[in-house]
Amino acid sequence: MKKEYADIIHRCFRCGWCKLPLNFKDFNCPSYLKYRFESFSSGGRLWLIRAWMNGEIQTSERFAKIIFSCVTCKNCVQACAMPKIREYLVDMVINAREDMVEKGVIPPEVRDYFKAVSISGNAYKMPQEQRGAWANGLDVERYTAQEYLFYVGDVGSYDEEGVKMARSVAGLLKKVGISFGILASDEITDGNEVKTLGEVGLFEQIASQNIEKFKKLDVKKIITLSPHAYNSIKNEYPKLDGNFEVYHYTQVLNKVLNDIPMGELNVKVTYHDPCYLGRWNNEYWAPRSVLNSVPGLELIEMDRNMQNALCCGGGGGNFFTDILGTGPDSSARVRVNEAIDTGASVLAVACPICYRMLSDAVKAEGVEEKIQVRDIADIVSEAVNK
Amino acid sequence: MDRIFERLADIVGSDYVSNAAEERFIYSRDGGVQMPHEPDYVVLPNTTEEVQKIILLANEEKIPVVPMGGGLVLSGLSIPLKGGIVLDMKRMNRIIEVNEKSHYAVVEAGTALGMLSAYLNKHHPSLKNSLPDAPPVATVAGNIMIHGSGHLSQSEGGFHSEMVTGLEVVLPTGKIVKLGSCSTVPYWFSRAPLPDLAGLFLGWNGTTGIITKVGIKLFPRPLLNDGLMFMTEDVDTVPDIMFRIVNTEMCEDLTFFITPKPAMFEGFQMTIISITANSEKEMRLKKEIIRDALRDYYESKEAGFVPVPKEMKAFLLEAPQKNLSAFADVRKGGGFEYVGAIIPVEKIPDAYRAGLDIAAKNGITYSLGGRMIGRGHSFMFYFAYPFNRADKEDMDRVRQALDDTNHAALKMGGIPWKAEVSGQQLILKQMEPSTYEFMQDIRKLLDPNGIMNPGNWEVNP
Repeated sequence: MKKEYADIIHRCFRCGWCKLPLNFKDFNCPSYLKYRFESFSSGGRLWLIRAWMNGEIQTSERFAKIIFSCVTCKNCVQACAMPKIREYLVDMVINAREDMVEKGVIPPEVRDYFKAVSISGNAYKMPQEQRGAWANGLDVERYTAQEYLFYVGDVGSYDEEGVKMARSVAGLLKKVGISFGILASDEITDGNEVKTLGEVGLFEQIASQNIEKFKKLDVKKIITLSPHAYNSIKNEYPKLDGNFEVYHYTQVLNKVLNDIPMGELNVKVTYHDPCYLGRWNNEYWAPRSVLNSVPGLELIEMDRNMQNALCCGGGGGNFFTDILGTGPDSSARVRVNEAIDTGASVLAVACPICYRMLSDAVKAEGVEEKIQVRDIADIVSEAVNK
Repeated sequence: MDRIFERLADIVGSDYVSNAAEERFIYSRDGGVQMPHEPDYVVLPNTTEEVQKIILLANEEKIPVVPMGGGLVLSGLSIPLKGGIVLDMKRMNRIIEVNEKSHYAVVEAGTALGMLSAYLNKHHPSLKNSLPDAPPVATVAGNIMIHGSGHLSQSEGGFHSEMVTGLEVVLPTGKIVKLGSCSTVPYWFSRAPLPDLAGLFLGWNGTTGIITKVGIKLFPRPLLNDGLMFMTEDVDTVPDIMFRIVNTEMCEDLTFFITPKPAMFEGFQMTIISITANSEKEMRLKKEIIRDALRDYYESKEAGFVPVPKEMKAFLLEAPQKNLSAFADVRKGGGFEYVGAIIPVEKIPDAYRAGLDIAAKNGITYSLGGRMIGRGHSFMFYFAYPFNRADKEDMDRVRQALDDTNHAALKMGGIPWKAEVSGQQLILKQMEPSTYEFMQDIRKLLDPNGIMNPGNWEVNP
């Protein structure tokens, strides 16, 4: 473990503030919510990491599950009572994963994810030439010298729900006159999940490849579909000399939508904050502002919103490894019910991972009649096309 | 596969029982300085019936059972001294009923106090529950079982155990009983007018049964809250000042603290008077009445009200107080330990001096303070010592300070609250022998196999 973390990890008091949001509504740590053992809370995890460092606990399947079931949502960072260590809580877990990667003691699901990314350039083991297939029929240009590069990412390129979202966003960007292009078959993963799962070397290789490619194409501004890519390109790439103006698509839409005529949508919508846009990057208002620009749309907040939002459970690599697993206490299913409780008929999302996780949860709960998961661009597109 | 594990898994489901090294490690210790003891199993029940089945199994197999709520007492009360099963009750966290007109809630035992508070905020905004200064994940049942107190203890009826209106308990033999009005009618309004059996389970550290449901009093939530800070330099004046404030009946919570840091507070005692009201006019009047009660003190310049910056006021009035958890980081070590002694109000000066002496003798830093319980009926005085979890000698010093503090508290006429096992032994040694015998007779009657949190409340564990 890095010395800076080894020196402070014992300072977690395991007081449990990290289990709840700031308004105490309900358990807000997805792995604790699911497993309910103290060992799966943020404090329990840190105490076990320290015990592992000290040789009091050995590596085991259970230990790996505990460490890799953290979704890196940063609720603990938000809620922790210890001001001088709270900002490092998730970093310490990621650093423990890095140590486990180095020692070769990671769960098979994590190993398989790394293999897929390093061999195929994406988590889905899909052929590179199909990467741009999501845009078929949209008349989207490849990036040459447009104002923005639209970076779509793995989920937007290959996942069924993600593709729907990528198409909505690209279509809307075109409709409102944003100048952008895509990399299509030249795009590879952004590496955010590789980093949070602890493979530093692979992440640096991916990031460097991307940075080199972006520079070669003279990319200055990037729009990301996913908050996860937004986070890595905005916060991690500069450490490797990759400095770009990075926007999440809702931030770009928020700048232009006031001038776009829209028809009325009489619909009640609740919005789910993605962790990598909200708690990781402090962007809570752009998505809300975009939704509020739609005439007739009523935005209703869930009890846990903004800094208090409950993660969908897909962060920290869990979307790909599924170590957190499913079940009635999985955070996506709990979140869907929280959305239904608001009286909204639409659960709006701004992240392809959240989109997929929450769509699956709606099916698992059998509540398709009550609520529909839609991405923000899809909702706005409907209003623009009216 | 372990036979007992399999039977436990049959009861609660295999996802909610563990005998893995990771859970045995985490549940072997709490945030304080007590020595770890590993459980054999950690079990997370979801219903009263599951608890009943676990207890029946434990009797059959003669396995100890230790109930656990938030696991935040810091004195090791949920550390399984003799192994066995730790029952982590936090899956049982449903809020079953709120009766607005009769001012009570019925909750499952593992309900977090903070979550009850959030629920009331949303669904019953005119009501609130008393919150301890423990983190918000502290549970309703855990807190009443240790005679906890909170921010309504001064104005609204004392210890949280005194706010209990009814209980559902799984006895050590597996029988499920209801206590209070809920035993006879469908309402959980009161323990009176029936024979009061709830006391058999309050303060016993889980040695007499597993509480599975609690009826707890709720209180009006006025619209406004504000506070005054009164500073004294002579600790001998504090009991009289407290007496005067309490007798105005104008404040909701009455606490005080003494701390060497920041330096501006060293040598002074700070009394915090929390006031609630439904209008600005009422608030002004209440403050004026309290000021009048202390007029001769501040006019003689012996003491005085201190202007409180807005930010500081916000955290002084916060319930629960997050900065109390942050106290654990004073030594950059992630821990603090404390003796919260319940003492007669007039003994506050003695407690103050004892705290300073013990901290100096053991070479440790401290925070002293407390809360008025009831309308001046007793005082919870805490002697808190932060420690560095990575420094074994520091932890040893704090263990010694705890022992010194337990002795001092008893000597001055107080009783250590939620004492660790060695503190319990000190109390029992000073207790009337017939009372101790009576306690043991009750335990034998209720728990013939001695499975319930063994080692607690025993002279010779």
